[in-house]
Amino acid sequence: MKTIKMINISRRNAIVLMLGTAGYIMSSGIAFAGKEQVLKRIDEITKGKGAKELDIFLDLPEIAENGNQVKVNFEIESEMTEKNYIKNVYILADGNPSPDVAKFSFTPDMGMCSATTRIRLSKTQNVVLVAENNKNEYFMTKSKVKVTIGGCGG
Amino acid sequence: MSKVKPRGKVPKKATIDEVIEIKTLIRHPMHSGRMKDKDGKNIPRQIINSFKVDFEGKEIFKMKLEPSISTNPYIAFPYKAKKTGTFNFEWKDDSGNTYTMKRKMTVS
Repeated sequence: MKTIKMINISRRNAIVLMLGTAGYIMSSGIAFAGKEQVLKRIDEITKGKGAKELDIFLDLPEIAENGNQVKVNFEIESEMTEKNYIKNVYILADGNPSPDVAKFSFTPDMGMCSATTRIRLSKTQNVVLVAENNKNEYFMTKSKVKVTIGGCGG
Repeated sequence: MSKVKPRGKVPKKATIDEVIEIKTLIRHPMHSGRMKDKDGKNIPRQIINSFKVDFEGKEIFKMKLEPSISTNPYIAFPYKAKKTGTFNFEWKDDSGNTYTMKRKMTVS
């Protein structure tokens, strides 16, 4: 009968080792924005009012193979008249070094509220959209993107 | 730095009240300030930070860009055609350079 040689690691040692590795990974990485900072930004944008969750069309890939070029497209169903229109749209990301990604400012002349751009995502994270209309009402939606290769030069 | 070159696609002709799509792309490295070069030195932040579009002198669309926007920023947006005129596109980067582009559209 063959005997298999194994390095003896006690359970305690294994736990210590795992914790150590996790700690090392966390301390060596870049600081990321995190959920709290995104919530803080939403608070700043909405001036403390908070944003209503709404079903806004936010088109992002479920899995992004390359975080350097992730296509974002959104469309908000709203009138675009002088009396009622979407004024600003903010894109935030909770896993990037800083939460802000872009701010779009619309005018009634555009006829509809939609835009497309490409963004960088450094890791798997939530992308948050906050919309503001001319009556200072706020709406938001979010979408999770799985990122295979990060795109922030980390 | 490689040459910065703006490009844009605007339909030449449109009918009244037609919602057209305008697409723009500018060749720009968008250094986020976090990348390192071959010698391990940090490349300083150098990005396009704002984009603005006027139609016949009236501002129609504006965008603020952060380092999280990809290299060679692509921006597409709609516009409701009302009359014949010229679009003026303007990009600004961190060192204060301005890049502009003009596009004409005929509305019938």
